[in-house]
Amino acid sequence: MSTVTTETRTPAAEPVLEASGVVMRFGGLTAVNDVDLTVRQGEIVGLIGPNGAGKTTFFNCLTGLYVPTEGTVKYKGTVLPPKPHLVTQAGIARTFQNIRLFANMTALENVLVGRHTRTKEGLFSAILRGPGYRRAEAESRERARELLEFCGLGAKADHLARNLPYGEQRKLEIARALASDPGLLLLDEPTAGMNPQETRAAEELVFAIRDLGVAVLVIEHDMKFIFNLCDRTAVLVQGKKIVEGDRETVQNDERVVTAYLGAPLEGTTAAQEDGQ
Amino acid sequence: MTESTTHETTPVLPLPAHLALGAAVGGGVLAAASAAMSWTWTPDFPGDLTYYGSPAGLQWLALVGGALTALLALAARGLKGLRWLSPSGSGNGVLFAALGTFAVCWYAVVAIAVELDGLVNLDPGGWLAAVGSLLAVLGALGLPLDRRRTVRHPELHWGLYAALAVSAVLRLGLGQGWALHAVPPGIRPLFTENLWFFVALPVAIALFRLWRLLDGWLRIGRIERPLPAARALPGWAEILVVTAVFAVGLGVVEFGVSTEYGELFVGFLLLTAFATAALLASGAVGRLRELTARHRAVTTGAAFAAAGAFPFTQSSETYVLIGTNILIFATVALGLNVVVGLAGLLDLGYVAFLGVGAYAAALVSGSRFSVFRDLHLPFPVAVLIGAAAALVFGVVIGAPTLRLRGDYLAIVTLGFGEIFRIAMNNLDGTSGPSLTNGPNGIAAIPDVNLFGFDFGEAHDFGLLHLGKNGNYLLLMLVATAVVVTVFARVANSRIGRAWVAIREDETAAEAMGINGFRVKLIAFALGATLAGLAGAVQAHVSGAVSPDQYLFSSPTPPNSAFLLAAVILGGMGTISGPLVGAALLFLIPAKLEFLQSYQLLAFGVALILLMRFRPEGLIAGRRQQLEFHDVQLPAQAAPADDVPTKAGA
Repeated sequence: MSTVTTETRTPAAEPVLEASGVVMRFGGLTAVNDVDLTVRQGEIVGLIGPNGAGKTTFFNCLTGLYVPTEGTVKYKGTVLPPKPHLVTQAGIARTFQNIRLFANMTALENVLVGRHTRTKEGLFSAILRGPGYRRAEAESRERARELLEFCGLGAKADHLARNLPYGEQRKLEIARALASDPGLLLLDEPTAGMNPQETRAAEELVFAIRDLGVAVLVIEHDMKFIFNLCDRTAVLVQGKKIVEGDRETVQNDERVVTAYLGAPLEGTTAAQEDGQ
Repeated sequence: MTESTTHETTPVLPLPAHLALGAAVGGGVLAAASAAMSWTWTPDFPGDLTYYGSPAGLQWLALVGGALTALLALAARGLKGLRWLSPSGSGNGVLFAALGTFAVCWYAVVAIAVELDGLVNLDPGGWLAAVGSLLAVLGALGLPLDRRRTVRHPELHWGLYAALAVSAVLRLGLGQGWALHAVPPGIRPLFTENLWFFVALPVAIALFRLWRLLDGWLRIGRIERPLPAARALPGWAEILVVTAVFAVGLGVVEFGVSTEYGELFVGFLLLTAFATAALLASGAVGRLRELTARHRAVTTGAAFAAAGAFPFTQSSETYVLIGTNILIFATVALGLNVVVGLAGLLDLGYVAFLGVGAYAAALVSGSRFSVFRDLHLPFPVAVLIGAAAALVFGVVIGAPTLRLRGDYLAIVTLGFGEIFRIAMNNLDGTSGPSLTNGPNGIAAIPDVNLFGFDFGEAHDFGLLHLGKNGNYLLLMLVATAVVVTVFARVANSRIGRAWVAIREDETAAEAMGINGFRVKLIAFALGATLAGLAGAVQAHVSGAVSPDQYLFSSPTPPNSAFLLAAVILGGMGTISGPLVGAALLFLIPAKLEFLQSYQLLAFGVALILLMRFRPEGLIAGRRQQLEFHDVQLPAQAAPADDVPTKAGA
């Protein structure tokens, strides 16, 4: 698929995502505390942190599932509207930590649903079935098949999503997210539960996605995966971003080591139990 | 879970192969032949079964069932020229057909003996039917059958036996009075007036136990091996087969609708159910499904042609009216299927939209009871107004409620259904503004007149006669066709997929860029519009609208509860499902009058049994089948537009 180099980073590239000062509070609990993060065109950025650090909550703030208490999220220079479907329409697609496919639809149908924002055939054109509708539908199907092929699911188009093996369900989620032609793809633990071969395949897939010109922001616990993949990695601990940088910077930061070893960290706010 | 370990092909009874086959064929032939003989000496039994050489009523069923058993037995054996009837070659089909024949014959014989008091009333034909059908069942049990290896059921819980014993003792004690002292005086009537319960409960438990014993003995299983490849037929022959099947189907439905007495209808239901199971097991249905999938347009056309031919086959207007009412009910159920089956929105007040359409159309129909009595708009305009009014109400009800998730919608729609009925009752000029003529409703809606064709008059086309109800049946059929087309096209489109996605996982759907609220509102509004359209036609067909036609629940369809039941019974998300469900739910109460007071009870029991044994509904789409049963169906051909290089037949 693609090379396994990480030397494609161009610091001058335009920012795709700019999150600044994002705070998310649930009552008295601050799940995300003043996080800044920028993702540039053509970048793969990692987001790591211990369980409950607020990674997924931060994702949900980016995708409009939550409205951040404070701070702004900009996509290509415009502030994102706080509705999931509008965020997707703007160009950010995501996958879920616990797979959320449309279990009783076929793989192809799942990807077709992902095309929703990039097509506009409404009720009446569906009833009338004019030439325009047929063309759009055929194009959608072709694009969906391409994406399935791209993710290595070409032969599984007519299988129900629920009948696919776990690794393929993960891939299907990515294919479905790519169907909305995103400029930024958010992957929430894409290799959770995968064996080493599957993880390697997933790595290749993420590189291939980057080569399509899609920036990727990925949450992961698998350090090998993250450091192979990412140009930059941000570390979130108890809702705060404590460090951001390349592999060496992160690996040599003692706060990161402490956080992962589970020792209490000096200078943070009160313990936050579950920021998702 | 390979079938080689879980399934076996063995007979239940260890009979020599040729003896079993001979018994199955011979028994079937005997049962069929008995139809030509007299079953009872007196014409008192409904249908007059006294004639030699001329089958009547239940005897026709015995004839069909016996013939089907014999043919299936020969076909399963691989007799040349009959193999099309049993492509799977399984003995299960023969067994089901034999059981169907047995059920019909024994039901008839027992009914004769019971209704006429004694076995003495049976003529040789009756005895022959009973013996022949029993022989067929025994023979079929000796054929190699597809069976599960394992007994599925655990032993019955002792608690059930205790309940059985307690209720039997209570029944006895309450009947003789001595158990009454154990009951506080305040609630004694509860027991004395519901003695049937203490009979029904043990009977139900015993039946359940019997069923399990039988099932453990027979271990009849699904046939999961793929059908052998069909012999290629020329395209015209395939189309001919599809047409012939629908002609037979029309005959079956016609027989069912025009049954004149309850006994015949019970027999009809028994035989139809078993024959369907038999043809499913023999693989004939699977083969037919391949054909209809290849000729979808022909299939749809043939189905509608068969429905359109129905009024011409009837001499009695009453049965044509039943057909029309079934169509109304089925059309509305299909509209509800958009809301419930596709978008997954539970609408408990759907019948109100039917009412909105009917009232709107009635108001502009020129009826002298309408407040706009001078306004007589042409029928197509009235229909459009009915649909538009329902659309408006759909949006008004849906807009505030569809933002919520979960069960709120069910409660709001339930309320709306009642509000509609009560409002229609009160908008009579005294309790409220004068609009609907209150409980009397709007009667005397003039007959439809389209392009000079008066629907109120009988018409003759050469040899074909079409009465008033026939006209309206054809009119309703057009409305059904519209709804079927809309459903079929929308279900498999961008918006239809969005509905299913919302039903499956709303959060994920929104993350895929679907505006949940908007898409749900479209589903709700479309459902309402289709109901309004059907309602407008219904108002003209029945000639009157009144508030009590639009209840949440009543013994007669259409009402909201029955509509929902038709969708679930038939199969959610499919087209033919709600149509079949609606036909059954309409016919059964109409035909089985003795059920009247227990109808809702029987209905509830039927639904529970269905949910237990066939949760996907009678007719399941591929998706539902995969959803509820963990079987890997053989990969089917994708819809035609998916496969660019599929060789046409």
